[in-house]
Parts: sequence; C-alpha cells; structure tokens
Amino acid sequence: MGMTMTQKILAAAAGLDRVEAGQLIEAKLDLVLGNDITSPVAIKEMDKMKVDGVFDRDKIALVPDHFVPNKDIKSAEHCKCVREFAKKNEITNYFEVGEMGIEHALLPEQGLTVAGDVIIGADSHTCTYGALGAFSTGVGSTDMAAGMATGKAWFKVPSAIRFVLTGKPSKWVSGKDVILHIIGMIGVDGALYKSMEFVGDGIANLSMDDRFTIANMAIEAGGKNGIFPVDDLAAAYMKEHSQKNYTVYEADEDAVYDAEYTIDLSKLRPTVAFPHLPENTHTIDEIHEMEDIPIDQVVIGSCTNGRLDDLRVAAEVLKGRHVAKGMRCIVIPATQKIYLQAMEEGLLKTFLEAGAIVSTPTCGPCLGGYMGILAEGERCVSTTNRNFVGRMGHVDSEIYLASPAVAAASAVTGRISCPCEL
Amino acid sequence: MKNAKGTVFKYGDNVDTDVIIPARYLNSSDPEELATHCMEDIDKEFIHKVKAGDIIVAEKNFGCGSSREHAPIAIKAAGVSCVIAETFARIFYRNAINIGLPIIECPEASKGIAAGDEVEVDFDSGIITNLTRGTTFKGQAFPEFMQKIIAAEGLINYINSGR
Repeated sequence: MGMTMTQKILAAAAGLDRVEAGQLIEAKLDLVLGNDITSPVAIKEMDKMKVDGVFDRDKIALVPDHFVPNKDIKSAEHCKCVREFAKKNEITNYFEVGEMGIEHALLPEQGLTVAGDVIIGADSHTCTYGALGAFSTGVGSTDMAAGMATGKAWFKVPSAIRFVLTGKPSKWVSGKDVILHIIGMIGVDGALYKSMEFVGDGIANLSMDDRFTIANMAIEAGGKNGIFPVDDLAAAYMKEHSQKNYTVYEADEDAVYDAEYTIDLSKLRPTVAFPHLPENTHTIDEIHEMEDIPIDQVVIGSCTNGRLDDLRVAAEVLKGRHVAKGMRCIVIPATQKIYLQAMEEGLLKTFLEAGAIVSTPTCGPCLGGYMGILAEGERCVSTTNRNFVGRMGHVDSEIYLASPAVAAASAVTGRISCPCEL
Repeated sequence: MKNAKGTVFKYGDNVDTDVIIPARYLNSSDPEELATHCMEDIDKEFIHKVKAGDIIVAEKNFGCGSSREHAPIAIKAAGVSCVIAETFARIFYRNAINIGLPIIECPEASKGIAAGDEVEVDFDSGIITNLTRGTTFKGQAFPEFMQKIIAAEGLINYINSGR
C-alpha cells in the first residue's frame, strides 16, 4: 500500500521508510511559527522548561500581526513580550511593524516555507503553505513552545481525502469559490483529522494566490493540512522568493484515500458562505433567487484573500465605480510588499477614488480584533475565513464569506452581488 | 486520576473557539481573566452558573476554528472538570491535553446526556455515568501517559518532571 504526499513528507521528517495512517511519529521541524496572540502563551510555557533557549534561531518565525499596530495597552504588552523574546534569543525571522505582514502571506513571500518542509504554527491557518507542497499545520501555544525548544513535534499520521480538480474556472471564479464549494460539499468537519490532497490538471489553471487561498481554508473543513503537488508554477514561485533548498514529494500511485471527489472548475459559480458556518454556502445564482441581502460593510484582506491577485480583482471591479452610500469598504493588503506593489500598480488609487479605505497589514477585523468591528444587527461581506457567531464583533452581527470579486461588487451595490451584475 | 463529577452544560454541533473565548478578550493571556468570558457568545449564563467540577457535553466538532490555547485554558480555569463530545476539532483536542483539560469522545454519551444532568467520569475505565438517569456509556479510557500529562497540569510540567 502506497503513501499519500503528506505521509511521504512525514515519513522523511521522522527518519522512517514508511508510515501509515494512525501511526504516532516524532518529526523534525523546519519552521515553528507564532503570532502576537499565541506566542506570549508559548513563551510563558517555554520559560517553565529546563532548556537554554531555542533549538535553531533561523527556524523560528515570530510575526506580530493580529492586534498590530498595537490596538491597546494589553496588546502592546503582548507584542513587547514577543519582541523581547526575539531579541534575547536572536531570532532571525522576527518581523516588526514596517516589515511585517499577515503571517501566512508573509512567510511564503519571504521564502521561509518551501516544498517538503514540515511546519507547525500556533495559528490555525498555518495549513496555507501546503500550496507550495509543504506539510504545515496549526497547533496551540504549548506545542509551539515544545517545538521552539526541541525542534520536534509528535504527530498522528493522517489519512487523506483526494480532490481531483479539472477544467478552468470562468471569469469571477477564484480559489475562494473553489474552497467554499468544497467546504459546502463536505462540511466543516468533513476532513476532520485528515489531509486534503489536491491533484488534477485543473490545478494548472489556478494561480499561486488561488492555491494559497484553498490550502489556507483546509482547516475550515476540519483538515489537518491541505496540500498541492509541486508544478512549474510552484517551482518558479519558490525560485523567485527563496534561497532554501526544497524537496518535491509525490503521492504513490497506489496510495489509499478515505474518499475522492472530482470537481470541474469550469462548472463552479461565485460562492458565498452565509452565517454562521463556512459550510452554509450558496451560489450567486441561488442568491439571485432570494430577496436582496443589504450589507453595511465589506472587508477585502486577511491571510485568505489579502494577496496581490485579490487586490487586482477587487480594483478591477471598483475601477470607475463608487461604493454604495453608507457602505464602509475596508481594504487590507496582507504584507508591506503587496501594499507597495498595489501602490505602484495604481490599485490603491482606485480603492481610494471608489470610496474605500486602505489599511496597513493586520488581521484586525477578521477575528473581531479592531479596524472594522460590527455593531448589533450589522452585516459584512468579507473575504476572510470564518463567519462564526460574533467573530467580527457583536454577537448579533452577520458575516458572509466571499471572494474579492463578490466582495467588491457588493460594496458597490450595497447588497450581495456578482461583478457580472454591474 | 480522580473521577470527574458535576452538573452538565449541554451544547450542540460546531462550538467554535470564537464563542468559547471571543478574540476581543485575547489581549489577555491570564487564565482567571479569560475564564470570566468563557462561553460568553453562546451562553451568557454559563460563567455565572458554573461550579468547580461541572462538565460540558457537546455534539460534533467541539472547539473548531482558531488554534487559540486560550479556549481550553478558559474552560479549565472556569472550573470545568471534563468536556465530553461526539467529536473534537483536532487542534482543540491537542491543546486540551497539552494544558491538562480532560476531554473524551463518546457519541452515545453526547446523545444520552441532557443539560442539568449529574454525570461522573471514570478516566481509568472511560466509563461515563449519568447519575440523574441511571445510564452508563463507554468512552475511550485515558492512556497512562495522557493521565500523567493531565495530573501534571500540562505537557510542559510533564516533560520537566522527567516523565
């Protein structure tokens, strides 16, 4: 019986010839990640351990991004704790305001995540790096502490679900629509404890930014990781961004999967997840059959959809148009580099002329931190990843998850809309 | 390991970490402070009613969403002695064990226990007893090393103790 792509990476990291689903292994880590919310708890735990510091100062990434620039005194204290820890341990990859970005957009851009890596991060969306053929998964602060101290983590080897992607998505259909469609199909626990392995000739029709978005939301189906094969596009991305050597793993032909789904990308439609679960999906055509859903705010950004492709699509929709009267449209480029590129391409000008605002990189509103909190009864169309009760603010507010194209179009009309309606 | 025994707070599917401890409180990492907001967005009465030893019983995918360890920390600091669910989200499962909060997957118990029932959990055998209704359920027994992690109040103390 062969191994899945994920199993092959884990076997190599554990120094084993083969592993099988359910097996407990100890694997060497290539990168351990934390942010301003999870790192202080990890640092406190690590202080309790009888160790002389971190296992490798080059293999830890600390990215204050959730409540940064500091939203209040307590957040400032957390960031200070992370900053001082980074200084004391001479952490190479600590990213201060001015060089930081939203962690899961920043690390691939910085070349810190490459194919074949085993990565843990104290943030659930750490699964993003599967887009480059890495095994990466979210953990808590205690696992982060143990990882920083020892460079190792234990894992239960996951079984996998295989998603065969075929065809080419039509205009206004993006990676976000692909992953929302999948979560709608299998549910928020449809891949619980499992790998989501994406294969098929349709992948060639997905940009790297599309793939990051898809891998990013594997956790919203309960997945342990999401992973893509390494093709020419992924190899070119790594060549452009990273000096690190990488290893390409491929699933065995006789690998066994718990389930297999074939998805024709050409048949997908712009898809929106209604409150209060990412699995509550409706296509734009179904939404057209409903009464209008008026909205108060639009957020375009986050580790899911704050990359350059996302901003380009949003700008394409907003160019020469204006957000609806009374609408707040908040655009958040995910990293400094994306911000700068968006400026050079004139995208920021388009956003400002359309009546949107542009923020410095931050996770801010996605998790109800700051920079766009919702009041009672308010509705937001957001390109973020979760629409749980109270996620972006008041417990009686509502979040509709959508692509940047749908979010931008909705900002213009003031109701959930597709750009094709404009 | 000592049995857990207490009154049940019952919840449904997909109780996410945002309702267990909303992110607006994550500018603190103090367990006692986090506990005062535990379950706030799903059950405002929880923190006023919960007593030391009480038990949370839920349905599928408990703890889904964010990797915040603050979620099991808040539940534990609120006095909860055990969480029983049909299934747990994987990061929450790992975090709960790592910080020393006992959790058990048992679909039958999840169905056979209602809010307000008195329940006892024997971690050595995995037997869950509904004292109010006189029924028992077999959950997975805690392996010895997990019992030790929980007894040590978490993974780090367990590692420090030389196992």
